[in-house]
Amino acid sequence: MSETLHNLYIGFSVALAPSVLLYAFVGCVVGTLVGVLPGIGPLAGISLLLPASFGLDATSAIVLLAGIYYGAMYGGSTTSILMRIPGEAASVMTCIDGYEMTRKGRAGPALAIAAIGSYIAGTVSIVGLMLLAPPLASFALRFGPPEYFALLLLGLLVLAYMSGGSMLKSLAMAALGLLLGMIGIDPMTGFFRFSYGLVELGDGIGVVPVAVGLFGLSEILLTAGQPTATEIKKPRLKDLLPSREEWCDSIWPIGRGTVLGFLIGIIPGSAHIISSFVSYAVEKRLSKHPERFGHGAIEGVAGPESANNSATSGAFVPMLALGVPSGPIPAVMIAAMMVHGISPGPLLISQQPELFWGFIASMYVGNLVLLILNLPLVGIFVNVLRIPYPLLYPAILVFCVLGVYAVNGSAVDLGIMTATGALGYGLRKFDFETAPVVLGLILAPMMEMSFRQSLAMSSGSYAIFVNRPIALVMLTVGLALLLLSVVPFLMKRVDWRQRLGLEAGQEKETL
Amino acid sequence: MTTDRFSASVLVLFSLFVIWESRHLPLGTFRQPGPAYVPVFLASLLLIFGVSLILTAGRAPSLSSLRWSEWRHALAILLTCVFSVFAIERLGYRLTVLLALVFLVKGMEKRGWVSSLTFAFGMAFGSFYLFYTVLRVPLPQGPLGF
Repeated sequence: MSETLHNLYIGFSVALAPSVLLYAFVGCVVGTLVGVLPGIGPLAGISLLLPASFGLDATSAIVLLAGIYYGAMYGGSTTSILMRIPGEAASVMTCIDGYEMTRKGRAGPALAIAAIGSYIAGTVSIVGLMLLAPPLASFALRFGPPEYFALLLLGLLVLAYMSGGSMLKSLAMAALGLLLGMIGIDPMTGFFRFSYGLVELGDGIGVVPVAVGLFGLSEILLTAGQPTATEIKKPRLKDLLPSREEWCDSIWPIGRGTVLGFLIGIIPGSAHIISSFVSYAVEKRLSKHPERFGHGAIEGVAGPESANNSATSGAFVPMLALGVPSGPIPAVMIAAMMVHGISPGPLLISQQPELFWGFIASMYVGNLVLLILNLPLVGIFVNVLRIPYPLLYPAILVFCVLGVYAVNGSAVDLGIMTATGALGYGLRKFDFETAPVVLGLILAPMMEMSFRQSLAMSSGSYAIFVNRPIALVMLTVGLALLLLSVVPFLMKRVDWRQRLGLEAGQEKETL
Repeated sequence: MTTDRFSASVLVLFSLFVIWESRHLPLGTFRQPGPAYVPVFLASLLLIFGVSLILTAGRAPSLSSLRWSEWRHALAILLTCVFSVFAIERLGYRLTVLLALVFLVKGMEKRGWVSSLTFAFGMAFGSFYLFYTVLRVPLPQGPLGF
């Protein structure tokens, strides 16, 4: 424990350096704007601003990007509560009761509880990250290629299982993403695969153009030309204070949301989105008056908002300790770290403690900055939505083009963004999830490499995956998830995702 | 034809295309996989998922129920992106963005010339200044130094 506190002291000495503090602040402000604006979620926001971090040192870059991530979580709740527009997908559940509270003249307390819940969840979950990541990293030193293969496979299966709509569709999307990840030079033999003479494809398809295409551009394609709401209700500062009863009603949902969000965050998938859905369902089930939900229950704001912020920290656990992204956002952050010559994984914490602990400490600082920023300045942030959408979407498009081009200075990346944008548009029209595509693309090279290395280690024997206990446990869990998803289909029962309202259809209705 | 059947059919065709294209690469053996092994395996998985979707997609909405009201805007945006791919290194960042924005704001959104040009110039030169000059992100200048 004393070692942890000593490390944290080192971390704060890094995080409180004026330049790092400045980047945490800038990240939080930009993240809040990203969260407020419908159409740019945290993934597209981080991808677009990735090139801007190239000129910074590694710690400042990662602090800036992390600030954008959890800033977007805060910002997304503002428009959900005031205008019923989820700035990003994780805020969909906040729209339901948050907006009802606004209609009843209680927008201030809803915003305050969302911000305070997010702050508490964010801070507590960082403690979890701080305590869990180092031992997990030590444990991961025992991992060889078979364990990594089993872990990555499990990650994809969990993502498919936890995703909204049909698991079959999610698995198909994961397979599609893995196939896209096959493009480029085969690392074992040096053969060019599916590159059609384009030298730029030798290193494979980049994460950033695909993420911006699938998430940013496809959103613009779907929403451009549609009318948008312009009515903005801005609460005054003195109206923000919740009543005593609202405080009492919010405490337990915040606590449950924090724990739930952190645990879901560790599991691969779109954790911040899933956690808010699950938290809302749990609060509704535990409530003595579930009929209040949907009509302005503050628990419906406190739980999901705490959960999605807590999940943000949870998602950093496998990223920092194992070097394995638990979703598309940590994957882009890993890409950012690699640009700066840092390889996240079991050795990061021991070899670069100032970076790891500086990052942890900056998250504490960032959460405080967001709390201070969000409540008094809420009126300023929502003004962004006054920009007419016919001007806003071309501006977002410019940032998409700029962000994608700047990563490698390659027009081919712009072509990939355009193609994946069109693909994402089509997939979303046909109710397919796009997150498994991105995760598959990122995991494909690691998965293939660990699979073929495992076979090389065992002279071609597949028994290596079941003879090693850690790999066996992970593969068994993955198989169990597959079977669990097949049971409701065979028995014609409603599965847990439908019971919790995770079906894609329901998400759309809420929007 | 339901939406799921249609989309699953496209996935099936894509997986068959990948298997066909993999014929140029050595497949290897079950014990010693070659460069085509994993792509063929994944394409086969996609094929299985696609066929399963076709078989179970009876209750999905019909294809005709899909609304495409935004298609004009979507097409214009995609064309703008394609233009950017070919123009950014030939015309430079600022001129490419300027032309793209004038097309979208004036051509598609029917805004006035003054507001369209003000917005396009502001975005093209403002974003260039912010990223190229302040943040030192390399962006193409074009043959006119523009």
